[in-house]
This record gives sequence, C-alpha cells and structure tokens, in this order.
Amino acid sequence: MAAPDVVWKGGRFGSTSRPDRWWISPSLVFLGFGAFIVYATWAAFQNGYYTYGPYISPFYSPEIFGSSPHALLGGKPHWFPSFLPFSPALFILWIPGGFRLTCYYYRGAYYKAFWADPPACAVGEPRKVYLGERSFPLILQNFHRNFLRLSYLVWAFLVYDAVRAFFFPDGFGIGVGTIVLVINVVLLAGYIFGCHAFRHLVGGSLRQISDYPARQKLYECVSCLNGQHKKWAWASLFWVGFSDIYVRLCSMGIWHDWRLL
Amino acid sequence: MATQATFRIWRGDPSGGKFQDFVTPVDEGMVVLDAVHRVQAEQAPDLAVRWNCKAGKCGSCSAEINGMPKLMCMTRLSNLNLEMPVIIEPMHAFPVIRDLVTDVSWNFEVKKTIRKFKPRSPDAPDGAWRMQQADVERVQEFRKCIECFLCQDVCHVLRDHHKQDEFIGPRYLVYAAALEMHPLDTEDRVSDLKKKHNIGYCNITTCCRQVCPESITITENAIIPLKERVVDRFFDPLKQLFNII
Repeated sequence: MAAPDVVWKGGRFGSTSRPDRWWISPSLVFLGFGAFIVYATWAAFQNGYYTYGPYISPFYSPEIFGSSPHALLGGKPHWFPSFLPFSPALFILWIPGGFRLTCYYYRGAYYKAFWADPPACAVGEPRKVYLGERSFPLILQNFHRNFLRLSYLVWAFLVYDAVRAFFFPDGFGIGVGTIVLVINVVLLAGYIFGCHAFRHLVGGSLRQISDYPARQKLYECVSCLNGQHKKWAWASLFWVGFSDIYVRLCSMGIWHDWRLL
Repeated sequence: MATQATFRIWRGDPSGGKFQDFVTPVDEGMVVLDAVHRVQAEQAPDLAVRWNCKAGKCGSCSAEINGMPKLMCMTRLSNLNLEMPVIIEPMHAFPVIRDLVTDVSWNFEVKKTIRKFKPRSPDAPDGAWRMQQADVERVQEFRKCIECFLCQDVCHVLRDHHKQDEFIGPRYLVYAAALEMHPLDTEDRVSDLKKKHNIGYCNITTCCRQVCPESITITENAIIPLKERVVDRFFDPLKQLFNII
C-alpha cells in the first residue's frame, strides 16, 4: 500500500504541539531503570555480603556455585576461566535480567526513555531510520517467553529461600528479613504470573476458551494481574533491589535484622 | 471558566499552511468542536472541518488538540488550559485536504488487504452457529472501534517513519485481532501479520491505547496477543516440538 503524501514530514527531535510536561514520564523511567541497572551490575560483581543467617539475596539465588552454605553445587568450578571475575550472581542474573529486558511493558517504556523511539506520544524522534522489532537485534525480543519459562524456575528457588528464611539456627522464627524476602516473592509472582506471554500461553491463544474451563479460569486470573502489569513490574523491581540491599547491609553489620518472633 | 479563549487553528492545504489565531467567547459545557463551529460561523466561514454525530460515535472530527490526537467533539474546554491558546491541527499521519480535514482513505485500502472472515461450517442444520459468551467477549471490545483513526495518527511508525506502505497500524491490528480471536473464524492470518503487515514494526509504545476514545485496550488485548501468535508460529521451537509430540 503506497504511503500517502503528508504535510508533516521530517519532524525534528522533540518537536510537538504538546504544552504538557511530556518529558517527565520517560525521565522517571530513565532514572528508575538506569539506577537499578547500575546498582544490580555493581551488586552482581561483588561476590560477597549476599547471605545473612538464613537469608540469601535474590540477586544470588539460586546460588549454583559459591562459597556460602546456600550453594547447590559447591564452590567456584575449576573450569571457570581464571581471567573472568567470578560471582554466583553471574550464573543466574541473566535470566531475570533477560526476562525484564524483553518484557512487553518494559520494552515500551525503555524504547521511549533510553532510545527516544518515540520520546513520548506525538513527539518528534531523533532518527529517520526505523527497523522496529522485525530485524536484528530487536527481533530477539520475541524470545521473551523462553525467559519467562526460566524465570519460573528462578522464582521457585526464591520461594524456597523465603520459606528457608523462617528457619534460623535456633529454630523457627520471623525476622524483618523474612518479611522482606516473602514480600519479594509475592511481588515477583504478581509480575511473572501477570506476564503477557503467560496470558497467551494459558488461554489467550485459544479461539474457544470455553471448551477448557480450567484454562478459562486461569486466563481470567492472569488477565486480572496483567491489567496492573506496569505496577507489578515496578514494585517487584524496586523490592528485589531492596531485598539485596537489606541482606547486604545486614551482612556488612550496618543494619541489624530485628527478630519479630 | 474563562469567558473567551484563543484558538490557534491550522489553516492550509496539501502544499502547506500556517496557524491562525481566533479569539472567541466560550461558555460552560462547550467542547472544542463547538468553539471551532463558532469560529466558522462568526469569523472564518471558509474554515474546513469534518464532523457528523457530535457524540463521539462517528469518528469524523478527529484532530490534534494541543498536540495530542483527540476527537474535537469529546474534548471539553473545561479540561483545557484556556489561559494559553488552544492549538488545533489536522491529523499529521494523513494527507491534508484542507484546514482540519484529512484524507483517511488509505485506511480503507489497508482494510482490503486483511483476509476476510471465514466461518466454520454451521453447527445446526438450519445454518445457525452456537457461540459461548466467554468466547466472544474479547472480540466484542474490538467491535467498539469507531474508526476515528486517532490510533493510526499517533502511531510513530506511521506518523514519524511513514511506513504506510509496509505497516497496517494499530487500527487494523485490532481488526485482525477481532477476526483471529473470533470463535467461528477458521482463516489463518499469522503469516500475513509477520510478513505482509509487519507487526514487528510495533514497539509497544501504548500511544494507540492512550488516545483511543472508546478505551479499547489496543496494545494489551489486540497487538500483544497477535505478536504472541507470531511467536507461536515463528519463534518458539519448544512449543512447535510440543505440538508435534
């Protein structure tokens, strides 16, 4: 279909008739997402202060190889290249990182905030060339559901960590850290079980969902979570970062973990 | 509320144009279309504006008000800052015919490229079909579309990158979704969506959903489910393997 000839061609970056402060939202996304990326990258390479008592930072869980009692397969493997910095987080963080990077909500948000494509609705863009998600590298966004599948495994380990956080060396108990880790898995559940790809897989792909009553019910529940996906995404992002900070500061002796029970 | 306001209206034709200011009295309860009509009646009888129902149901008076695509008949003056001029422009994604009127015929040509509804054989001997409410609910949302084309106008793939020759835009992704999700339909549009209609151009800005006057959840309920269908077919070997088994 031939493109119609329009008057408005070659708009400049930022050109718009919008008098509102359209730049606030992408700026907040830039700051929020940027701060998390910087902190998470720093924390992932620390290889220390990621456990405290029964707690383990969600950035380092599941700890496949590592020096803490939480490690599943022992310490640093001998085959690990010596020239690379070792950290248990590097074995696992690519899964939730890839999941969030390819998340439909985040994509829309960071294309605006980090790439100005577009900076905001009805605001001029800096580039004339546009390929979208139909060619490399953004075509890789289509592998979102594979990160989703792996994220469920990671989430299951985080649930295990949250349960384990109730069991201190002196027996059953509840610390502030226990509550922090429980809230973490609840918020992550709200996020990953409300995922657009999950919604499609549980029932969205069916033309006649009424033939599958269980999937219909599940689809309705997922749709309910999906309606607030943006809020779950931000809440879980903030809390997973805070959980790491909490465990780290307790481990460093800066914060004291109050026992409630 | 102010007793008068300035309306900065774009005047021009396909060769170009410029803004012209009109100061006109405003009253309680007026919408932008009322003000434009008042300007047309009292100051600029040659001002071209398309309108019909004045009730947000015909989709004729689409324009850009203070830079955002909106229906003029559904934009209340009380929701605008009348201390500043109200900027009214035609839709940027379509060719201007004159002043605020654009030629949206491209959309109707695009519609012809989408495979038509192809129902399965009737369920009953009398030629009737049986459908469950749960199966048609998703599609009913899409049937609210009034074809105002505000979503097409705000879509940056069409508006800024002028990909009209490759991309069908949110309105027709909604149309395709309504057919693809229809419980009676048997046609397969997934390959077309990827290769011919280039759904991959959509980068989920959600602008189309934000401007929809019918509050259709375009991105989440139509476009993303279609993208997921494309993933099913072309990018998920695990699911394809599972289907074979």
